[in-house]
Amino acid sequence: MDDFLLTLVLTLDAAMRVSTPLILAAMAGLFAERSGVVDISLEGKMLASAFAAASAAAVLGSPWLGLLVAIGVSCSLAMLHGFATITHRGDQIVSGVAINILAAGLTIILGLAWFHRGGGTPSLANDERFLSITLPGVDIINHIPLIGTIYRELLSGHNILVYSAFLIVPLVWWVVFRTRFGLRLRAVGENPAAVDTAGLSVIKLRYKALLVGGILCGIAGAYISIAHNAQFTRDMTAGQGFIALAALIFGKWRPYPVLSACLLFGFLDAVAVRLQGVTLPIIGEVPVQLIEAAPYLLTVILLAGFIGKAIPPKSVGVPYVKER
Amino acid sequence: MDRNTRINWINRLLLPLLNVLTAFAATAVIFLLIDVNPVEATKILLYGAFGYEEGIGYTLYYATNFIFTGLAVAIAFHAGLFNIGGEGQAYIGGLGSTLIILAIDPGASVWIFVPASIMGGLLFGALWALIPAYLQAYRGSHIVITTIMFNFIASSLMVYLLVNVLREVGQMQPQSAFFPSASWLPFMHNLFANFGVTIEQSPLNLSLFLALFFCFLTWVFIWHTRWGYAIRATGLNSTAAVYAGIKPKQIIILSMCISGALAGLVGINELVGYQHRLLLDFHFGYGFGGIAVSLMGRNHPIGIIIAAILFGILYQGGAELAFEMSNISRDIVVVMQALIILFCGALQYMYRPWLIRTLAPIQEQSHG
Repeated sequence: MDDFLLTLVLTLDAAMRVSTPLILAAMAGLFAERSGVVDISLEGKMLASAFAAASAAAVLGSPWLGLLVAIGVSCSLAMLHGFATITHRGDQIVSGVAINILAAGLTIILGLAWFHRGGGTPSLANDERFLSITLPGVDIINHIPLIGTIYRELLSGHNILVYSAFLIVPLVWWVVFRTRFGLRLRAVGENPAAVDTAGLSVIKLRYKALLVGGILCGIAGAYISIAHNAQFTRDMTAGQGFIALAALIFGKWRPYPVLSACLLFGFLDAVAVRLQGVTLPIIGEVPVQLIEAAPYLLTVILLAGFIGKAIPPKSVGVPYVKER
Repeated sequence: MDRNTRINWINRLLLPLLNVLTAFAATAVIFLLIDVNPVEATKILLYGAFGYEEGIGYTLYYATNFIFTGLAVAIAFHAGLFNIGGEGQAYIGGLGSTLIILAIDPGASVWIFVPASIMGGLLFGALWALIPAYLQAYRGSHIVITTIMFNFIASSLMVYLLVNVLREVGQMQPQSAFFPSASWLPFMHNLFANFGVTIEQSPLNLSLFLALFFCFLTWVFIWHTRWGYAIRATGLNSTAAVYAGIKPKQIIILSMCISGALAGLVGINELVGYQHRLLLDFHFGYGFGGIAVSLMGRNHPIGIIIAAILFGILYQGGAELAFEMSNISRDIVVVMQALIILFCGALQYMYRPWLIRTLAPIQEQSHG
């Protein structure tokens, strides 16, 4: 029993680590889509910022500078998306596809030219990364059964970006549902003409939303390369941006349900890793690929209206044209 | 020229040309960033693509894939849909061709194998697009999101099948058994040899003619049949199309199935024509490349052929470039693809206001 408990706690612990970039990216998507801009370029922004963070940390020797550069790169891609879709009213999906592919190619080309390591960046030393933090009081609480194990293995021992990701969710909720900016953000995604009539700039609001998304994606990318791993490798985001997008839809564009979806998908991923090659009683060997595909399958089923209904912001995907 | 003619010229010729040039200019900037002389790089690239017969063969071989996926994206675009699932449909289409070939008795004739494998690719590609199409038409889920999800589902499914079901007995690699040789599409160099013409060996096979044939079919279908008319009407204004007696839901299903079927033919060129077995990720990048090809070719078969050849040049020339220069890899082609999608797609109207202001200004009315 103790053994099972420990395994469960360790799996949940892994789930927390895997969920972190999903949470950050999904919150980024939440801002963009709540403002009426579809953002399928979460993946590209994360990949580009993961590369930027690892390169900057390797060259400048500081994880904080790495994080800063990552946020800068991610924000410039977000602004490119804004320039194409808000200013020039280009197709939001096409622009997102372009950014994703651009990040996939450019990270390798630049990595090859700068570091000559087949597209990756040099391995980072410990002081160039975000390391895990041991929470105070582990030694004392450790002696209490169950709670001690949970505190030691699950809650303590993550890096600062993991904790920030979990703290950002209530912040996002507060900003979106309790501030003036949040009210306007939601309004501009539902009915931009009304916002315009009220004398607010639709364009400015949408740019602001994308900028916030850029910052969050930048943190997510930095987490992947300089906190969760110790270098950048080719295509290292591996579709996590799309899982975040799925979580955003699964959570129906609301911060806490989105958080739950991210945790669920993260947990599935951790379970898939643990079940690799394991034969379970009764069920037999579980195909890992099925668990890997689960987030996508669940999202498709949800979108088809078989489990509740996912209603996106009303004006999402529609460029705003004044005076029509 | 009066103003409308000028605007027409701007929209049809000047603007697309300027967009492509911008994409190339941006690529040149990237070359300069990584200390590569863009002129030198272009020379190597063009030599790799055209300099020798084998290079030309490879160029056209890659172009064939891009024609299939480009047509696929274009048909969906005409119906006002964005099929971003070409990757998955190409992958599953290849599975369809493989399953049919492996199911047929190895002694059968080529006249059975080839049509059957083409049907397999068409059918499986269409089926993989049918589910998102049905969900969009009848359950209201957005086609872009579902097709993205289906790309990932396809990829997981194929890994599972290749590792657990289709893997050749006694092999470690996740790949199927070789197809019987009667099922192979003839290589161009073999075909030409029959007529006494010797050309260098390359993976170029009969699929190129198949691709050109489907370009012609697409042209006839879109512009000269009532279904094509219905598709275009729905794409331009689905509300108005309803009053013409068109049922947009059926059009979504029809156009997506055709789109998926065309993408499903990538496997014919890659697997039946060249590799002769099912491989992991054989389709990689062609689905997304199809988006760039379709945007650049303005959704017209002729434009798609030209754009596909350009991408074939980039693919083959890019390989030559990576071979010649140590500090560059084939991923430069991916970057160019992205820039073309950006400037010919997302930013396609960037220059339009400026062009119209300078070349076709509104004439002052003279009040006599």
